[in-house]
Amino acid sequence: MSQTTQFILNDRDVTTTEPAGMLVLDYLRRREHLVGTKEGCKEGDCGACVVLVGELNGTKVKYKPVTSCLMPLGELHGKHLVTVEGLNMAQLTPVQQAIVDEGGSQCGFCTPGIVVSLTGYLMNAGTAVDDEGIKYALGGNLCRCTGYGSLKRAGSVLIQQFGNGSAFAKRTKSKNSIAELIRAKALPEYFKSIPARLKKISKPRLKNGKIDHFIAGGTDLYVQRGDVIPETRVNVLNLHPEMKGITVTNGKVKLGALTTFEEFADHPGIIKIIPRIKEYMHLNASWQIRNRATLGGNIVNASPIGDMTALLLALESTLVLSDSDPLRRKNGRKRRTVPMKSFFKGYKILDKKPNEILTEIIFPRPKAGSKIHFEKVSKRKTLDIASVNSAIKIRAPKGVIAEVELSMGGVAPVPLFMKNTCAFLKGKPVTARSILNAIQVAMNEIAPISDIRGAAEYKRLLVRQLIIAHFTKLFPEFVTVRDFYEAH
Amino acid sequence: MKHIDAAAHTRGESQYVDDLPQPAKMLYAAVFSSDVAHGDIIKIETEKTRVLPGVVAILTAKDIPGENQIGPIIQDETLLADGKVHYVGEPVALVVATSPETAHKAAKQISMKVKALPAITDPRVAFAKGEIIGTPRTFHLGDVDSAWSQCDLIVEGRCDISGQEHVYLETQRARAVPLEGGVIRIHSSTQSPAAVQRASAKILGVPSNKIEVDVKRLGGGFGGKEDQATAWSCLVALAAWHTGKPVELVLSRHDDIKMTGKRHPYSSDFKIGVTKDGKILAYEVKHYQNSGATADLSTAVLERTMFHSTNSYFIPNVKISAACCRTNLPPNTAFRGFGGPQGMFVIESAIAKAAEKLGLPREEMQYKNLLQEGDMLPYGQRTADTRSRLTWDEADKAYNIAAIHKRVESYNETHFETKKGFAVMPICFGISFTNTMLNQASSLVHVYTDGSVSVSTGGVEMGQGLITNLAAIAAKAFGIRSERIKIESTNTTRVANMSASAASATTDLNGHATLLAIEQILDRLKMLLVHEQHVSHAEKVTIVDEQVLYDGKPTGWNWTKLVQKAYTSRVALSAHGFYATPGIWFDRTKEKGHPFAYHVFGTAIIEVTVDCLRGTYDINSAKIVHDLGRPINEIVDRGQIEGGLAQGLGWMTLEELKFDDTGHYLSNSLATYKLPDVYFIPDLLEVKLLENVDNPRGPYGTKAVGEPPLMYGIGAFFALRHAMRAFRPKVDFPFHSPLTPEKVLMQLHAEVVEEMKNGELVRKAKKAKTQKVSKIIL
Repeated sequence: MSQTTQFILNDRDVTTTEPAGMLVLDYLRRREHLVGTKEGCKEGDCGACVVLVGELNGTKVKYKPVTSCLMPLGELHGKHLVTVEGLNMAQLTPVQQAIVDEGGSQCGFCTPGIVVSLTGYLMNAGTAVDDEGIKYALGGNLCRCTGYGSLKRAGSVLIQQFGNGSAFAKRTKSKNSIAELIRAKALPEYFKSIPARLKKISKPRLKNGKIDHFIAGGTDLYVQRGDVIPETRVNVLNLHPEMKGITVTNGKVKLGALTTFEEFADHPGIIKIIPRIKEYMHLNASWQIRNRATLGGNIVNASPIGDMTALLLALESTLVLSDSDPLRRKNGRKRRTVPMKSFFKGYKILDKKPNEILTEIIFPRPKAGSKIHFEKVSKRKTLDIASVNSAIKIRAPKGVIAEVELSMGGVAPVPLFMKNTCAFLKGKPVTARSILNAIQVAMNEIAPISDIRGAAEYKRLLVRQLIIAHFTKLFPEFVTVRDFYEAH
Repeated sequence: MKHIDAAAHTRGESQYVDDLPQPAKMLYAAVFSSDVAHGDIIKIETEKTRVLPGVVAILTAKDIPGENQIGPIIQDETLLADGKVHYVGEPVALVVATSPETAHKAAKQISMKVKALPAITDPRVAFAKGEIIGTPRTFHLGDVDSAWSQCDLIVEGRCDISGQEHVYLETQRARAVPLEGGVIRIHSSTQSPAAVQRASAKILGVPSNKIEVDVKRLGGGFGGKEDQATAWSCLVALAAWHTGKPVELVLSRHDDIKMTGKRHPYSSDFKIGVTKDGKILAYEVKHYQNSGATADLSTAVLERTMFHSTNSYFIPNVKISAACCRTNLPPNTAFRGFGGPQGMFVIESAIAKAAEKLGLPREEMQYKNLLQEGDMLPYGQRTADTRSRLTWDEADKAYNIAAIHKRVESYNETHFETKKGFAVMPICFGISFTNTMLNQASSLVHVYTDGSVSVSTGGVEMGQGLITNLAAIAAKAFGIRSERIKIESTNTTRVANMSASAASATTDLNGHATLLAIEQILDRLKMLLVHEQHVSHAEKVTIVDEQVLYDGKPTGWNWTKLVQKAYTSRVALSAHGFYATPGIWFDRTKEKGHPFAYHVFGTAIIEVTVDCLRGTYDINSAKIVHDLGRPINEIVDRGQIEGGLAQGLGWMTLEELKFDDTGHYLSNSLATYKLPDVYFIPDLLEVKLLENVDNPRGPYGTKAVGEPPLMYGIGAFFALRHAMRAFRPKVDFPFHSPLTPEKVLMQLHAEVVEEMKNGELVRKAKKAKTQKVSKIIL
């Protein structure tokens, strides 16, 4: 099934009929022989393959770093793909120079990915370049040689050059930062021509017919099936903008299923409802992955340990399922809603027919006084899969629980809504006693197994600890961690 | 001076094996490996695979024209399994196809019938069954048996130390290109080109001069490509030999983790005897090394464990016994530190346990026993230029250890949910290959008529900065700009019989060899000047900033003129230098000698905070005082210190190698094997170098730097233990590494876990509404 993908690769217009499901990384190395982009793990964990993908947004192009090892070639249609080669100029860029000067490159294998991530950061941070931001940008890049010290020092050099108070920052205020980065010789000249050139690429046609794989962000799908997808018929959902977007109305929050983790956490309306969403999101994947991973994908993937799934479950989300055929979907046919609590039927078994896809997620705006919290424990705090995660939405006026929604991940074959525990907690005061009693109820609701994420007993213990964590975080005026020990 | 390759690295222009331009008609290989840890092969089913479009060849043991043997020290390792399999991931067949995708798909279709035999994964079980590689060894100093009676306190314990996956970002790979005359050129990602050459020649049954191995650079090695790059090179050589075409093999991350060995897990028993004020009088340790299925480098690794079993301490009575135990895991291998870290972990555990029993701060007991000048080490070498106390005292002066202790304790008094801990970690690491024979190196230096210089050595650049160091050494020796120096790829046709780039000694050995080559050329050039300018003393000729001086005064000649004059006068502008480390030896019959040219010393202070509710933790800071002698290049050396520390921290904390009883690795990808990321390594990372210290045994007074800093990471384990004991005083937590968040939480809340195991919590929960629950609170 040949399909034409048209995009700009660095400074070159490209039209290819390679399979839409082929990995961008394989395309770059094997077809284009652009070997600066490296393969380190092929599952989004190391960042040696990071590239920038630029997407037209009005008259500007918005660039994001992503891992090319989990991205389908077909999605590049109408976009600008930038590899390390596409950043090279006669002289080193400030990012490259800082890494050289500070000894931020040893064996060099991870270096191109790091250069691309840091450049992507400069393109997005504007003048807010700072130490935390440098780490944010490198969150998806592993380096086994340096121990990151020299990379952080390279970051400090960039902060001096581009951060607050720098000459760059003074020039850049309210101007096009891409133009300023070109002036600062951080990007090649040709970036100026990209918006006009992207506009000339026609929109992809909606496809119908039999599909083997629907690909959203692909960040989990390619990890599981990366060796077979390229040869199958794929539908690259991100070519369908109607499944994107966030609307917050008074009563409801509507999320397009293709909303990425990063878009969700950056949305002012979401931040208002979940003030600490950025803190929680920091525990989930890396910037490079969050730029790709979608909320809908996280739910449909049905991993018992999906981080956003746990959060959306506690938010009482409802799922909108539509016809998988985009033409029929356009006509608004076959729309059905399912409460998220009843969507998961068993391990990777969903209340979803083969001809349905998840198009929208809707949750009610939490009532005034509601508190929301997310907890996750994983071996490595960042960019790791949880041993156990949990989310809670709770309203306890005057310390008495009026409403509570609690989810737990990693403790059952499905993302678990803690129905009995919630029922038990309703009407109880926020005290150590009632929380401990609730933990006992929770113990009968979970069925964790021992696996690479931890022993079953460990997960049981974590359920206890995370319930305590929720309450001590949200109600420090009523309970502290010490209360759970001093009663002994 | 910056890393020579750094600019090209940042531009993505540095080439690794599979980045080289692809020759026409190149073929691609994939490995079919055993899925059974131990068994007899009944049948390998390849017929269905052979007919797949694009499959060119399927090679098994019977297709090896020479000897099916690649064991580096003991000849016990086949290239392709022959009759038996010994671990999951053991290569059985090689598929050669027209594309990598086809090769991988085809490899998946091969099947194998195996009659399974019992598999062993535990080194103590292997030892009990007599599954021992080589001979168990014992070092003695003084007389432990009679010393116990003089001790005020004797403490015994056990350590279980996990292995470690190398995670070089560039997985194992090689490309073989057939040339005329039956020669095969191998582009390998190996730390040991000569090992690849020898093994490939043996596999093909050809003389070594028919095999050319070329190594430009490695995307990380860390010991994982010292011996274990050999098999993949041999496989592509075999495939090129059969097909007559270039063949490339690149392991996927999954295959790499599955098929290659790691740092050795150890299980050790210790017994330590001390006086009541903390002086160590006697120490006895037994190390059971989990060697994996074949010897690989295990016997040498074991030896270094023994050499470093007393770390930086003087103990008058010592008995160290150790054995390589054969298990059904991939052959474990070299990894930065080469057995030293495991030896050090055990003595640090023994000291921690004794100090806890005595009620002394651990660091007080450590300090009391630090090595002093001339102290006798258990292997018969006396310490010289001993800097254990010097680095400790400098660290104390800079960071005030007593104040840290006080600050941590007062934090813990005022905090309940989180606890802080800290540990001081001194190191003493011997430099030289412990196999004396390997301490030799060669360098080939050419000066071209335009004054540019080419240097070839047996050393391999793997990110450690070797070529940057060599360029600096060569430029300094000639007295010319470093831009004139080019360090060539490592190639067996230019430099023969090189030892592996390992043992931290690569710059030492190859730097010395380069100096010896340059000395020969300089001697000739000086004689030329003496002759041409009619002066008398060659030793008065020097080259400074490219100007040729006589007795410190300009001669009117510069470097290029000197070189051109040499060429026209038919003076040789090339030389080969050979270096063998002097004064080292070791007698294995007596287990005594002088195995190390010198030792590297240092002291680190690590601070941590544990979240006792969640079991998670942060490493807050690492502060290091390190002995580098006179550094050649501070950027390179600092990178080695910080990078080594990061690997050591990871080894002690996150990096959990899990395998099941059937010998399958469960942590088989970077999604399940977690190494430190940018957030895990503390921002507060200070490195101070000892100032005004020399090292007469290193080129220009420098000291080796590659491995020692890794062992600073051991401090993280004891800092975490310190914090955990603040939450649960008096608990004797097990010495079981890595100390993952899972272990921390389970150990901090052992009673709750116990109740859960007994089902009490669940049973109680059924009556939860009526029952009081105070009993299960902790």
